[in-house]
Amino acid sequence: MGMTMVEKVFARKSGQKKVSPGDLVTVEVDTVVMIDNSFNPSRWREIRKVRDPRKVVVVLDHRVPAPTIHAATAQRNGRKFVERFGIERIHDVGYDQGISHQVVFDHAYGLPGTVLVCSDSHTCSAGVLNCLARGVGEPDVLYAAIMGETWFRVGETIRYELHGRLSPAVTAKDAFLQIAGRYGDHASQNVEYGGPGLAGLTLSARKTLTTMSAELSAEFAVCDPDEVLLDYLRTRTDAPFEPVVPDADAQYRDVRRVDLGLLEPLVAYPDTVVENSRPVGDAAGTRIDQAFIGSCANGTLEDLEIAARVLSGQRVAAGVRLIITPGSQQIYREALRNGTLAVLSDAGAIVTPSTCGACGGGHLGVLGPDETCITASTRNFKGRMGDPSARIFMGSPATVAASAVRGTISDPREFLQ
Amino acid sequence: MKFSARVWKFPDNINTDLIMPSACFHLAAEEQVRFVFQANRPGWIDEVRPGDILLGGRNFGMGSSRPAARSLKNLGLSCLIAHSINGLFFRNCVNFAFPAMECPDVHDAFQEGQHAEVDFDRSVVRNLDTGVELQGRPMPPKLMDLVRAGGIYPLLERNGYIAPSKSVNPVG
Repeated sequence: MGMTMVEKVFARKSGQKKVSPGDLVTVEVDTVVMIDNSFNPSRWREIRKVRDPRKVVVVLDHRVPAPTIHAATAQRNGRKFVERFGIERIHDVGYDQGISHQVVFDHAYGLPGTVLVCSDSHTCSAGVLNCLARGVGEPDVLYAAIMGETWFRVGETIRYELHGRLSPAVTAKDAFLQIAGRYGDHASQNVEYGGPGLAGLTLSARKTLTTMSAELSAEFAVCDPDEVLLDYLRTRTDAPFEPVVPDADAQYRDVRRVDLGLLEPLVAYPDTVVENSRPVGDAAGTRIDQAFIGSCANGTLEDLEIAARVLSGQRVAAGVRLIITPGSQQIYREALRNGTLAVLSDAGAIVTPSTCGACGGGHLGVLGPDETCITASTRNFKGRMGDPSARIFMGSPATVAASAVRGTISDPREFLQ
Repeated sequence: MKFSARVWKFPDNINTDLIMPSACFHLAAEEQVRFVFQANRPGWIDEVRPGDILLGGRNFGMGSSRPAARSLKNLGLSCLIAHSINGLFFRNCVNFAFPAMECPDVHDAFQEGQHAEVDFDRSVVRNLDTGVELQGRPMPPKLMDLVRAGGIYPLLERNGYIAPSKSVNPVG
């Protein structure tokens, strides 16, 4: 009997011929990504040994530039750690900073067939690179950095076979909301994305799917490798790697078909992501105070560009704040150079430096009591972005931009055809 | 490892932001417990007693990597049982030595306030009021050992890999 992608990498990394759901494996970790939260002063412990500093990447992302002394102290702890162990891959505030998962993508740190961990739940983002990446706890990250290995419970796998192409104004975010709405959580299960429709999705769009898979409670989320991915990686790295594909007779818990061409813009209603999606028309007319586009899920150049297409020649409605946070400073510069930032700014959007920012309610766009927000980010949990009484709807960057123009939740197809 | 106590019942999809909202990130671990379920069940932390058992439904602990499991441990709860548990949350339960067991249909087997006996060695949950017994998903022995040893921080500390704890908080 064959193996899924996750099972094959686990087998390879743990020195076994066969790995099956229910097993507990101990595997070598290829890449450990540490973020500013890893150095939070209220729980930071000085590390005295690192197994291999070349395997460690440090990215300051959650609260940068520091909005508080607490955040500044975390970042200072991080810089001291980097200095002590000679970590070369450090992404500090400045030229090559960004949200860690975007940085991992931009620099191809998560190579196909390798294992990557980070103490942020959206680490499964790097599954777009055919990498086994997952969010772990802060103690796990210390353990992996110190010992060079970690454990995983092997879960069953659900495979999504994508078909067709997305319609204009419909994005990978809507495809995700379709899956989350229809199938709910995937706790203890891995997710694979493949099928003929994958080729029609850009890597940025695929990354939205893998990143948002954290919201399915998926263990790992991995895309099949293809020429688009391999061409991208060849421009980013000289390091050797071995892509993984599922065996033809791999055992899945379920194989589900998603017809991309049949999808329409969706929104998740407030307080929870799964089992909470509805057509955007159901929420149309809901007045908003804030609109946000950003995060590791929707801060790509494509996300900014589709927002700019909606906002071109328009103005954000009176009484609405549109906050846009590029996923990395590299994306910020690309959007600056190709004119996207000018369009966004002319429309009245506020463009911030790259950070997790408003997505986690940390800074740069915290919601007040009873406010309503529509967000193209990762989560809409109660209290996630600020006061617990605030309502957070979630949609695609196009839906968020359209809503910012109208001042009420709106269908992006009114702007993009 | 076996616990016997009353259960507090929570619905499906309890997320980490409800257990540990970002507003308390800068506080010491001992103070963070005041924020547990403040948004969805205000006042609950004043009712819960040391040793009580938390009962969840599907997908308990979905969300972020933050050490939310530590707050449940610091509240004095003895363990978590749920129909299913988010994998990252489960890792943090192990990391912070808070015993947690997935047990299909356990949510429907209890009324709030009934008493449970949770046996981690046999992976069995028993409703002491009704006698109903359910088989849970076994915790791998290696992870049970980690929980018994107090989680990851004491392990790394003992080997001199991290600085000793300065905090009075017993689980780091």
